[in-house]
Amino acid sequence: MRHIGKALFIATVGVLALSGPVMAEEASSAVLANTCFSCHGPDGKSAGAMPWIAGKSTDYITKVMIDFKTGAMDSTVMQRIAKGFSDDEIKALAQYFSTK
Amino acid sequence: MTRITRRSFNKMAGALGATAAMSLAGYPRMAAAASPRVVVVGGGFGGATLARYLHGFDSNIKMTLIEQSKSFVTCPFSNTVIAGMNKIDRVTHGYDGLRGLGIDVVHDTATGIDPAKKTVSLKGGGTLAYDRLVLSPGIAFKWDAIEGYDEKASGSIPHAWKAGPQTVLLRKQLEAMPDGGVFIISPPVNPFRCPPGPAERVSLVANYFKTHKPRSKILVLDPKEKFSKQGLFTEGWKQLYPGMIDYINLSNDGKVVRVDVKGMTLHTDFAEHKGDVINFIPPQKAGAIAEAAGLTNDSGWCPIDQRTFESTVHKGIHVIGDTSIASPMPKSGFAANTQAKVCAAALAAMLKGEDPGTPKFVNTCYSLVAPDYGISVAMVYGFDQGKIVKIKGSGGLSPSGAPAAVRKREADYARGWYDSITRELFA
Ligand SMILES: Cc1cc2nc3c(=O)[nH]c(=O)nc-3n(C[C@H](O)[C@H](O)[C@H](O)COP(=O)(O)OP(=O)(O)OC[C@H]3O[C@@H](n4cnc5c(N)ncnc54)[C@H](O)[C@@H]3O)c2cc1C
Repeated sequence: MRHIGKALFIATVGVLALSGPVMAEEASSAVLANTCFSCHGPDGKSAGAMPWIAGKSTDYITKVMIDFKTGAMDSTVMQRIAKGFSDDEIKALAQYFSTK
Repeated sequence: MTRITRRSFNKMAGALGATAAMSLAGYPRMAAAASPRVVVVGGGFGGATLARYLHGFDSNIKMTLIEQSKSFVTCPFSNTVIAGMNKIDRVTHGYDGLRGLGIDVVHDTATGIDPAKKTVSLKGGGTLAYDRLVLSPGIAFKWDAIEGYDEKASGSIPHAWKAGPQTVLLRKQLEAMPDGGVFIISPPVNPFRCPPGPAERVSLVANYFKTHKPRSKILVLDPKEKFSKQGLFTEGWKQLYPGMIDYINLSNDGKVVRVDVKGMTLHTDFAEHKGDVINFIPPQKAGAIAEAAGLTNDSGWCPIDQRTFESTVHKGIHVIGDTSIASPMPKSGFAANTQAKVCAAALAAMLKGEDPGTPKFVNTCYSLVAPDYGISVAMVYGFDQGKIVKIKGSGGLSPSGAPAAVRKREADYARGWYDSITRELFA
């Protein structure tokens, strides 16, 4: 939590690096990543039964999220949540959590 | 990711700011105060999250959190206390974590707001000035909307829809109830906090009865035609508690029109139902302070700009959580938490005179049908044409007919969610 400022810094850069100019109706990576914390803990550092996602590699997180989306990977709720994120958003999230 | 130096970051951030400034109209620049003052009313799911995140985004902000209670008892998992699975301390949290971050937590009740002078008055005396005010006061009850049910009545027929002494009272009553007794629960009309909450309560009380008072019955009197996750709950009830639960909806005379506290009886249009223990959940509206400040509309809730959560009635006041009109999002702790993060990001930017950015939200409501039987409903929300929108194709319910192992996993995740979110709020 102390690192939100830094997170926002990295996250903003992440989006820019990925998709060029930010579109008006696209959320920043910080805002995107914040939606994950409610279950996976601040910065993806889970306190309990929820999977820990901080520090997992960009490739791993991207693949898992895409597999949730397509149904290639079995899940309880993540298949319903992954479908709410575009492939670009997933890449931004993966980059974000890989640096935590 | 390629390494980016601070200089190149500043360059890009500058470019971003410029793009944003050109791309979005309608958010007037504020003079950036050196140390802006933000006052937050309510230290629950919305308010505690907002204080923490806004502080994280910009520790320069002078923040005061006003919360009337010394500790916060969460409604989430309070049904496990009512069913005897947990003690009340499992769902009770303190404010030392927020204080530790340097946030000024004041235990007092906000009694009035002057939107022109930008001040909040406190019950304990004194007023606080703000540059931006955030309200997350939760719900208030419409006492007397149903004949015979006022605040005093809740001392013997609890609502237990704000957690704390009411939760403990209902637990005690259920413990004292003899085997073979009747427990009646009457949920409110829409919209209300936690749509799947009443059915989760029915489930966990049924689980308690099954193991401790197996001859007892549960009657649900619903003033609505249907309820959240109904198919999944009904499937679980048939499997786990056959014959114990009787659900009566609006068409079948489920609407309670009068509460007889002395006679422990709920009256509908055509019948009367006597209970040994009754849980009556009254209809709801915005938190009292929001209503007193004139921030509500005819619906009884607070209209907002859904990008920034700024009130459309009074500028400079942001309203999040149950009290706000954030539809299509439900009134849940998860929703309040994710709204608070969006509002914090918007505020941090606005206080610097920057563009508030674009929201993104997630909501997942877990319910326990039994201690090891969890189900969920989820949705991802984006922002389009000035409104919060459901992302097409996302979200939905746990599958029906799922094997026990899947239900067990969701029950574990329900507990995992609780541990994560309460740590996020209060650690
Ligand atoms: C039985 C039950 C189970 C639930 N289960 C879940 C669940 O599993 N998952 C989920 O996501 N949601 C759940 N909810 C819903 C959740 O509790 C609410 O949606 C959530 O608390 C809303 O957050 P809030 O910040 O709007 O209000 P609250 O969390 O209620 O916070 C409001 C705070 O403001 C304070 N306050 C109010 N007015 C003033 C004032 N004038 N001055 C100072 N302080 C003030 C109050 O004391 C309170 O602490 C459940 C609700 C119930 C009733």
